[in-house]
Amino acid sequence: MSWTGKFLRIDLTKGTVGTEELNREWARQYLGQRGLATKYFAEEVDPKVDPLSPANKMIFTTGPLTGTAASTGGRYSVVTKGPLTGCIACSNSGGFFGNELKNAGWDMIIVEGKSPRPVYLSVENETVEIRDAAEFWGKTVWETENGLKARHQDPMLRVASIGAAGEKGALYACIVNDMHRAAGRSGVGAVMGSKNLKAIAVRGTRGVTVKDPDRFIKATIEQKKVLADNAVTGQGLPKYGTQVLMNVINEIGALPTRNFRDVQFEGAHKISAEAMHEPRVTDGKANLATNGACFGCTIACGRISRMDAGHFSIATRPQYKEPSGGVEYEAAWAVGADCGVDDLEACTFANFMCNEHGFDPISFGSTLAAAMEMYEMGVLTREHTGGIELKFGSAEALVKMAELTGKGEGFGVELGLGSRRLCAKYGHPELSMTVKSQEFPAYDPRGIQGMGLTYATSNRGACHLRSYTVASEVLGIPFKSDPLATEGKAALVKAFQDATAAFDASGICIFTTFAWSLENLAPQLDAACEGEWTPDVLLEVGERIWTLERQFNLAAGMTAADDTLPKRLLKDAAKTGPAKGLASGLDKMLPEYYQLRGWTPDGVPTADTLKRLHLA
Amino acid sequence: MQKSLLIQPVKCTGCRQCEMACSFEKERSFNPSRSRIRVFDIHSEARFVPYTCTQCAQAWCLQACPVDAIKIDAATKAKVVNDNLCVGCKVCTIACPFGTINYVADSGKVAKCDLCGGDPACAKACPTGAITYVDAEQTGYDKMRAWAVKTDTQSHTHA
Repeated sequence: MSWTGKFLRIDLTKGTVGTEELNREWARQYLGQRGLATKYFAEEVDPKVDPLSPANKMIFTTGPLTGTAASTGGRYSVVTKGPLTGCIACSNSGGFFGNELKNAGWDMIIVEGKSPRPVYLSVENETVEIRDAAEFWGKTVWETENGLKARHQDPMLRVASIGAAGEKGALYACIVNDMHRAAGRSGVGAVMGSKNLKAIAVRGTRGVTVKDPDRFIKATIEQKKVLADNAVTGQGLPKYGTQVLMNVINEIGALPTRNFRDVQFEGAHKISAEAMHEPRVTDGKANLATNGACFGCTIACGRISRMDAGHFSIATRPQYKEPSGGVEYEAAWAVGADCGVDDLEACTFANFMCNEHGFDPISFGSTLAAAMEMYEMGVLTREHTGGIELKFGSAEALVKMAELTGKGEGFGVELGLGSRRLCAKYGHPELSMTVKSQEFPAYDPRGIQGMGLTYATSNRGACHLRSYTVASEVLGIPFKSDPLATEGKAALVKAFQDATAAFDASGICIFTTFAWSLENLAPQLDAACEGEWTPDVLLEVGERIWTLERQFNLAAGMTAADDTLPKRLLKDAAKTGPAKGLASGLDKMLPEYYQLRGWTPDGVPTADTLKRLHLA
Repeated sequence: MQKSLLIQPVKCTGCRQCEMACSFEKERSFNPSRSRIRVFDIHSEARFVPYTCTQCAQAWCLQACPVDAIKIDAATKAKVVNDNLCVGCKVCTIACPFGTINYVADSGKVAKCDLCGGDPACAKACPTGAITYVDAEQTGYDKMRAWAVKTDTQSHTHA
């Protein structure tokens, strides 16, 4: 009930498929998805493991509400040790793959070892096979997904796969399902590639049941109404998508521009949600074709974009004339503002490339921005780039580099290393805008101070999805706090981190939290799952997950010294906007954060804390 | 008043809440593959289209059934499969021009939309109003109104 109670264990070295019963005690402590899979992973994998070695494992995992009528209940995550970061990685994706896996009767799939040749995993309910993928190796995500549907004669097959970026080990390669939804960050696609696993193809027709169906339906209807009545989830996100933020964040001086040299981008409006709605001068059509929902989602924030058929970038790519997943805010920022590019069509092209070849647009855009800065300094030259002028603002450079990175060719191989390794290689580590080797997303921590602490302490490296304090500091959810102040941010970050971990463990999308708190999640879980699920229980589960991830990272070799930001953000003040004159006040927040967490001044959970959370 | 499902694809986001509601109503589990209403993602056109039985007045499925297992519900006019009579011969699935009646291997019977006895679960679950249950004779009303709004604006401006 709610959990299927079973999972698959795939040993690619031996070529075996096993089934196991879910550990119910762990499910009670860690709920599911991000939590439960992290528990299995931490129990089974040496934290010092080389992420790209056969000894690393990867877990495709659903939550108890995945595949149910709870709004947004279609999520799955991939948990592994990330090759970009060397930390625990947990990348969450929507689309339809998660529901299909759950409907096939499996809570998760643990993949271990390394196949001697390219393979894919076929899951049709109880029939699970490791099958030859020679004909798909080297193919794009899109070709692979369509090819598998054709081979299985099943248009309803759901596929999660990697492209050349994952096969060739680009360190921020992602896993793409349903053509344009992705387990995007930390390089989970490179781990899949290192195992010679091209794809997982799933068809599930077993159905998902819940503990108390009538109470569950009632609870989900009530909570869907909360989403519909909320201005962000009911109006802003469906109409404008996450891109609603572009002009807002630029206005408050927190839109990192040209590798974080500036905090406001003069071309922001040209790559914004509003611009996506505007009919183009060239063909009279808008970039935005429609909004689309992931499985079970009553918000429907997804962007489906149609490129300008006359844009210079798509002369050689006729498939990009069809609509596909358009830029969301983080992607539009990374390939747009951070690279100084204000050409919406070029940004859309780069995003299509990321989806088609399977790599993370945030890390790609940020890495390209660092490369552009080194090019302007003369550290990188046309000899390095294959003759391409890597100047800030160049749509041509963006388009060319997206293609090379996706295919793992030319200078794209170096861009595939990620910003930290690239900058270190060319002698300028200070230009890498990363924490724990993962590139920042689209919020400057000088203009939104809470995000500095969020990035510094995130267990998977710089990330906005671990504690989205933007909600409070900019949008006033659940209460308004001053984005320029450091006071109170330690508590805010901790509270958001713990609640977010609980949401990520449930099968629900984090975007519901613009309208929902744990008070809204708990009644749905309580009606669906065995056991008692109250907001307090969920908060403790969230804190337990967070602390377990921290324990894994410490055992992997991370220390408090890694909980920091680049000098540019700590020393160089913002030049314009409301944050003018201000750098990140991380030093004012971090000690308090450790204290609130029950960690030592060195960032290590105390014995009492571990005991309180039943982690020792 | 006879009512019918009104489907307006332009409002659909492809979320599949209708499929879950339908399978839950009929099977007590969330199982889109068992839903009598299906959402199609017309990817090349950026459109989502929910599709189900339109309850034809002269129902081909009903006429084709050799054992008279499909009857017309007196209250809703829905064409309803009687599981006790259905022999799983699938002739109705051949007869239906729209593909909206389908064989279910687990039960050995066919399944189709029966309008949930006059309170269709899909329509209640749809978050965007893409599926509604309205007067069967007025399904074109909203479209007519939309065109009416556009009509003769010129002379109105000059009036």
